[in-house]
Amino acid sequence: MTDIFDIYLLEAMVNGILLGGVLALLALGLNLIFGVIDVTWICYAELVMIGMYGMYYLVQYFGLSYYLAAPITIVMVAALGALLHLLVIAPLLSAPPINQLLATGGVLFVLQSFATVAFGIDFRNLGIRLPVLKFAEMHFSYSRLLAFAAALIGMTLVYFFMKKTYVGTAIRAISQDRQIMALMGVDTRRIYLITSALGGALAGLAACLLVLQYDIHPFVGLSFGPITFLIVVLGGLGNFVGGFVAAFVFAEIISLGGLFSDLEWGYVLAFAFFIVMMFIRPAGLLARRS
Amino acid sequence: MNIRQLLPWIAGAALITLPFVYRDPYHLHILILILIWSFAYTSWSMMGRFGLVSLGHGGFMGVGAYVTALLWNHLGVSPWIGIPIAMVAAAVLAMIVAYPCFRFRITGHYFVLVTLALSGIVLQVITATRDYTGGSLGYTPDRTKGSQLWALQFDDKVTWYLIALGVWAAGLAIWKWVDRSMDRYALEAISEDEDAAAAAGVNVTWEKLKITVISALMTALAGALYCQYQMFISPDTVSGIAVSLQMVFAVIVGGLYVSLGPTVGAIITILLAETLRIGFGTKAVGWDNLVYGVLLVVFIIFLPKGILGSIIDRVKAARRA
Amino acid sequence: MLELKSIDAGYGTFQALFGVSLDVKAGEAVGVIGPNGAGKTTLMRVISGLIRPRAGSISMEGTDILKTPEHRIVSLGIAHVPENRRLFPRLTVEDNLKMGAFMPEARARFAERLEFVFDLFPRMKERRHQMAGTMSGGEQQMCAIGRALMSDPKLLLLDEPSAGLAPVVVQQVFELVKRIRSGGLTVLIVEQNVQQVLKVVDRAYLLEAGSIRASGSSEEMLANDSIRQAYLGV
Repeated sequence: MTDIFDIYLLEAMVNGILLGGVLALLALGLNLIFGVIDVTWICYAELVMIGMYGMYYLVQYFGLSYYLAAPITIVMVAALGALLHLLVIAPLLSAPPINQLLATGGVLFVLQSFATVAFGIDFRNLGIRLPVLKFAEMHFSYSRLLAFAAALIGMTLVYFFMKKTYVGTAIRAISQDRQIMALMGVDTRRIYLITSALGGALAGLAACLLVLQYDIHPFVGLSFGPITFLIVVLGGLGNFVGGFVAAFVFAEIISLGGLFSDLEWGYVLAFAFFIVMMFIRPAGLLARRS
Repeated sequence: MNIRQLLPWIAGAALITLPFVYRDPYHLHILILILIWSFAYTSWSMMGRFGLVSLGHGGFMGVGAYVTALLWNHLGVSPWIGIPIAMVAAAVLAMIVAYPCFRFRITGHYFVLVTLALSGIVLQVITATRDYTGGSLGYTPDRTKGSQLWALQFDDKVTWYLIALGVWAAGLAIWKWVDRSMDRYALEAISEDEDAAAAAGVNVTWEKLKITVISALMTALAGALYCQYQMFISPDTVSGIAVSLQMVFAVIVGGLYVSLGPTVGAIITILLAETLRIGFGTKAVGWDNLVYGVLLVVFIIFLPKGILGSIIDRVKAARRA
Repeated sequence: MLELKSIDAGYGTFQALFGVSLDVKAGEAVGVIGPNGAGKTTLMRVISGLIRPRAGSISMEGTDILKTPEHRIVSLGIAHVPENRRLFPRLTVEDNLKMGAFMPEARARFAERLEFVFDLFPRMKERRHQMAGTMSGGEQQMCAIGRALMSDPKLLLLDEPSAGLAPVVVQQVFELVKRIRSGGLTVLIVEQNVQQVLKVVDRAYLLEAGSIRASGSSEEMLANDSIRQAYLGV
């Protein structure tokens, strides 16, 4: 009896790690945008939702293969991120931060209702069912493994982009001293736009991966948006490593919580954990103690 | 007594006599909705006007509505007892989340995101406990036969109109009461500069917690009233991020720093939603929110003080000139 | 090379510069001296485009700086070492230098310029992987100058390079300025350390309360009685 229980526990833990990869991707995108532009996109999960619909239509209606549709979706959501910056954030750059935040809240409304109007409220799925991998009596779906691997690859690419390129270095520099960027010959507006597109691209990648596991509907963003916000707050906004670690911690809690009851209770458990953590480490998970 | 002091009394008397003169049920229905939501938006503004932007109020409203209805259906507890219990539950939830936030100076972006997650989580809980709450399909309090005071169920719209009017007026009274209290100055100081306020001897955590609890209590009452009036609630209409954003939107449209601002916001948004709903017919699913969202963004960019606030600013500027 | 004509500039309602005119010729080293709050830093910021003047004109080799977008001014050959160095503290020395070579013209010659800067400051080569914020003040000043030199500028603007440094280090910094200008670079330097700066520059302007009060060669300035009394303490 205990053996079987342990197998399930281990399986849930591994699945937690696999979910953590996608959550880490989303946290990275939010942190990137916050670090550079000093704004949080409340509508971030809704960009993912639009990307999932993009995948659905490309695969189901245009008959593209999954691997062809994915890059198109990523580019499309990246463009959406850039557009969001140009239309909503750029005019508000000198406004109080709260106004920027609420404006992206308005965009959340717009995207959800746009999806309702354009795609209807029916649940849809890609119709792709990847096989299940059996390993030592544990079951892991390929879709999760693929999601984990692709998320890691995506994050590695972003890492090298940040480390090796001039624009990447400027993205890291800009949060440390915004005013003197012009002295370096950096056009901050261009960096903002590139960062927004990059944030969008990460949401697009997440959409390509989540579409394998979740049904698509206009409010699907609500099932992982709140958890992503908790992750970036716990990891410390703008802190890439913190977001990465927190993503896996939360994914484990959700996965293990879901083992004992519904997935929703996993979220509740994660929220409770978050409140407790605020008391223990109010400055964030990885904050140095002063 | 000059005309300025008399005006609220005249307006109040007119509002009370209105349903006895004019009885069109549809228009009364719209008025009741406007009054209930006005009260909810006023509740949000209690915090919002001091720079405490919460996106967790969808959660408080959901707690108010669902706790009242669940107590009635499962335990037969009268809403007269159920509503206070629901309000306390929302206040406790508010304290659990807000205390660490305020104690550890979680402000700005962080506070918004934490409260945002709160309303998301409340929605998840309502959905997860679908065996009791009906999940995303919605929930109906058990009907009594005819109007029953102890069940807080009334068939006629006039009674509901008067109840909603009373609660709405009470909301404005609380606003005025906060305006006249010492807490207002403390909270204004906090919203300007928290450290300076703390240095000046203001108990920052306590002041913020106090206004948050007042705001949560009021919001839960709004949720419970909405439930009792509509006799149907679903997670999407009384809880979640969308409802939180709807509150912020209406308040921004109406004006955040004026006591009647949230009411003006409710009038505009509800009339807009109704017009769109009727205009589009059954195809309107989503269209009203689409317009909402676009307007919210446009308003924040071009009229951050809201319609009423901007008009008052203009008038003041004209007077000064 | 650089010419400012009757510049008025300020922040909000506060005006910091009143009709300032000055010029710097190719190959020269020019100093601007004056007390705290005279508008020296504002002058530098106006030249590099960080703030735009309310009136007047600035040209660099005939190009109107006021019509050049702020991030393109570096491409005109102007590199600004800002007051308090303003390094990116949580980037490595090498990444800071990389930021100095951000503009497309400079990227192509990154390796060459890096070698040049490392030759000038061997210390920077040793510390290339260290976070800039963890270095000493003198090292940070070297890094800041190195960062400015990465763009291969024609004109180097130095804003208070000696501020906050120990006297020995101040000596080193001025030695460096001498070496840099001996390489043919034009330098405009703003300083409160009048004694030191007049040893390095060919000419100087005296800026007081936002206006140019005196100008002349270093010898003339050193001989000027009011300057001697107010700034040299003799």
